[in-house]
Amino acid sequence: MMGAVSDREGRVSEQATPGRWISLISPIAPAIVTIILMAHMPDISAGKEFSFGVTWVAALGISLRFYIDGLSFLFALLISGIGVFVAIYAAAYMRGDPDLRRFYGYLYLFMVGMLGLVLAGDLITLFVFWEITTISSYLLISYNNTSAIARRSALQALLITTLGGLCLLVGLLLLASVAGSFDLLQILAAGKTVRANPLYLPILILILIGAFCKSAQLPFHFWLPNAMAAPTPVSAYLHSATMVKAGIYLLARMHPVLAHTEYWEWILTCTGAATAAVAALAALRQTDLKLALAYTTLIALGTLTMFLGSDASAAVAAAITFLIVHSFYKAALFMVVGIIDKQTGTRSLNKLGGLGHSMHITVIAASAAALSMGGFPPFLGFIGKELKYEGALAVASEPALVATVAVFVNAVTVTVSGMVAIKPFWKKKPQHLPSVQEAPIGLWISPLILSGLGLTFGLAPDLIGGGLVEPALSVILGIPETIKLKLWHGINIPLLMSILTFVLGVIMYLGLRHMRAWLAWDFRHAPTNADEIWDKCLDLLKAFAALQTRILQNGIMRRYLTVIFTTVSLVLAYALIRGGQFPLEYAWPRLNLKEWAALLLTVGGAYMAGSARKPLIAICALGALGVGVALIYLFLGAPDVAITQLLVETLYLVLVAAILPRLPVFNPGRKVIFRPRDATLGAILGLLVTFSLLAVLQTPLDSPTTEFFEKTSVPEAHGRNIVNVILVDFRALDTFGEIIVVFTAAVAAVTLLGHQLRRGKQ
Amino acid sequence: MNSLILQTATRVLVALILVFSIYMLLRGHNYPGGGFIAGLIAASAFVLFAMAWGMEAAQSALKIPPSNLAAFGVFIAAISGMLALFSGEAPFSGQWLQVTGDKNSGGLTLSNVLIFDIGVYLAVLGAVLTLIFALEEPG
Repeated sequence: MMGAVSDREGRVSEQATPGRWISLISPIAPAIVTIILMAHMPDISAGKEFSFGVTWVAALGISLRFYIDGLSFLFALLISGIGVFVAIYAAAYMRGDPDLRRFYGYLYLFMVGMLGLVLAGDLITLFVFWEITTISSYLLISYNNTSAIARRSALQALLITTLGGLCLLVGLLLLASVAGSFDLLQILAAGKTVRANPLYLPILILILIGAFCKSAQLPFHFWLPNAMAAPTPVSAYLHSATMVKAGIYLLARMHPVLAHTEYWEWILTCTGAATAAVAALAALRQTDLKLALAYTTLIALGTLTMFLGSDASAAVAAAITFLIVHSFYKAALFMVVGIIDKQTGTRSLNKLGGLGHSMHITVIAASAAALSMGGFPPFLGFIGKELKYEGALAVASEPALVATVAVFVNAVTVTVSGMVAIKPFWKKKPQHLPSVQEAPIGLWISPLILSGLGLTFGLAPDLIGGGLVEPALSVILGIPETIKLKLWHGINIPLLMSILTFVLGVIMYLGLRHMRAWLAWDFRHAPTNADEIWDKCLDLLKAFAALQTRILQNGIMRRYLTVIFTTVSLVLAYALIRGGQFPLEYAWPRLNLKEWAALLLTVGGAYMAGSARKPLIAICALGALGVGVALIYLFLGAPDVAITQLLVETLYLVLVAAILPRLPVFNPGRKVIFRPRDATLGAILGLLVTFSLLAVLQTPLDSPTTEFFEKTSVPEAHGRNIVNVILVDFRALDTFGEIIVVFTAAVAAVTLLGHQLRRGKQ
Repeated sequence: MNSLILQTATRVLVALILVFSIYMLLRGHNYPGGGFIAGLIAASAFVLFAMAWGMEAAQSALKIPPSNLAAFGVFIAAISGMLALFSGEAPFSGQWLQVTGDKNSGGLTLSNVLIFDIGVYLAVLGAVLTLIFALEEPG
């Protein structure tokens, strides 16, 4: 069965592939990281912190610094721990893929970026790793690069998260300037200063845009469902447990610094609530299992944001616990959907059914994960949900809104759990679906363990309560906090809300068909969706780029020069008039005969060049002008410059003479029409440059550099020709850059010419 | 161009110009000259040769492709800059070796600065010839 059906990612070959060994050893690295982290769990729960790093850019106070406290520990453990299971799953899932080395290269790059991001102890370090995750996730989403949809989705994700990244960078720089350091520890300690600063609001908004783009909050949410074009292991890893949580991590990290204000509270609460609600409505409409899960991820992200908006202990505790819960069940469910996809060749709810009779182990994993997602006792999800309701009621700003949204989105989550874990397995088997076999162990082992962990932690919540939730909570709130996770809280309001949630969820599940019909009507009448707006914006941008290219880069040399000359003239004229240096009083110097001759040569050459009818004559006239200028340099005591000028003029003449026969004839019918205008423009620019040089000479030159070179040329550089000593010794690096430019220009010109020649031959 | 006078004169002139270019290269440190100027002079020698004897003759006279020459020039300029690493100084710092005499009275000194200048010379020569040879190829 497996060999016969091509999977959704379109790769079928089953033969041995290069890089197979990488997939077998790939779980080792994240496993080692996990073990090391676990070994430090007692230290972290005792409130210890670790910080280490090296100076990076000393002059700017930037260092490559890592910092581990309760919060970063929690995230790092999730990333590496889930990473182990994803790697095991991917080894089976990607089997037979011809490009495994590329896949694992991207995946490891992403893992490293993600770990660096959550462990960063310096704002710049954080930003660098943030961008590494952006780039590597782009590569992972577009991994199946023969698919246009995958490429488009990847580009969309890249552009949106990069937009966020740029805002984040500015926000972090502002934050560092206000707090006076890039060091995370000092920034965490400077919360009061930052909040009192007038720059607080810009900082907040910029950092929030960064976090919202990454964590797919409204209105930047639409890239996440599109990113499902990635191979399923990638979706399970990036879009459940890790990358989208990067924004959540940032929010949690910045909570001590930026929270505790009305802005923070309202922006986060409202954005989170809106994202969760919109995603919940969209989730109900999906028939593709993976997309349905993607929207529940959006629900989860919205919920997390909503709860992080509060500074109530219960709300933050709810966010942290839910974060852990979500990582376990969502990764497991994505993997289950991947298994279904792999075994049947489809992810569409309408085409699936009856899988429960043959896939016994998968159905156990799916059910356990879905029960946790739906928040049924005794799974960890139940504890998470009870905490959410407790937290919702504790939110200071709008407990009613938060509680309503929480109940609604949780009810939808219950419905989606049913969609994922009941429909494909227990619905009547459709006719066309052939008999389906259980997946190999490599595929089901990871989701089974992950969902099993959800049950284990639900039964024994102390396993994560003291070691993971409490330290992270204490870090966010800035004071040592204790929290007791337990299944049974007694009969209280959260429990009643839970019951309400179940009832609502079951009703929606049973009435799913009617809900879909109603939602479809509703969405058809919605003005437009974000994805379309995105496309329109991109089209607009491209149209604008094409327009300004047509105007500015039209390929007509004469127009380029006209634009450049006019611009320079205007700028110079403005500077001269503004500086009061215009008109100038200037005493005409007494010239001797040879100087008059040089002047005549220059002016005559210029006149000839302006009035000549044939290009060759104009070029020769320019050559004469150049010689005149070289003579002037020589008279003024700059022999080096004069020699260079002469040689350049000579070679230039040869070059242009060689090019001329190849140039197309411009405006063959109009021989002189452009000349007066060009000559006037040239003359104006020449005069303006002359005036500005004279203006420069009027102010006394500050010449410590000249003196320095005069003094040090012989003793330090053993040379009496200061020009050359500067070129090859004092400023050798500049010269080196210049010869590289010369070399590159020559190679580039030859390439262009060769291209033209080949085209000409054809 | 097929001029007997030019062709005969070129045989002598090209050799002279090339020697002169090396002279300009070496004297550059104390008198007008230097790698850039010398490179241009050498390039003009080959241009003259090409005018008299044709582009192919000039190319075969040069023996190696001019772009390789330019790349080699950039390469040895880079190497000369790296020499400063041995003395722990910043890249492109001048390194001087006193061969005869002492520092105060003068005498012969050798330095990486000369190697750098030779690199500039070759880079300029190679780049200019790359361009000119490419232009003259029959299109």
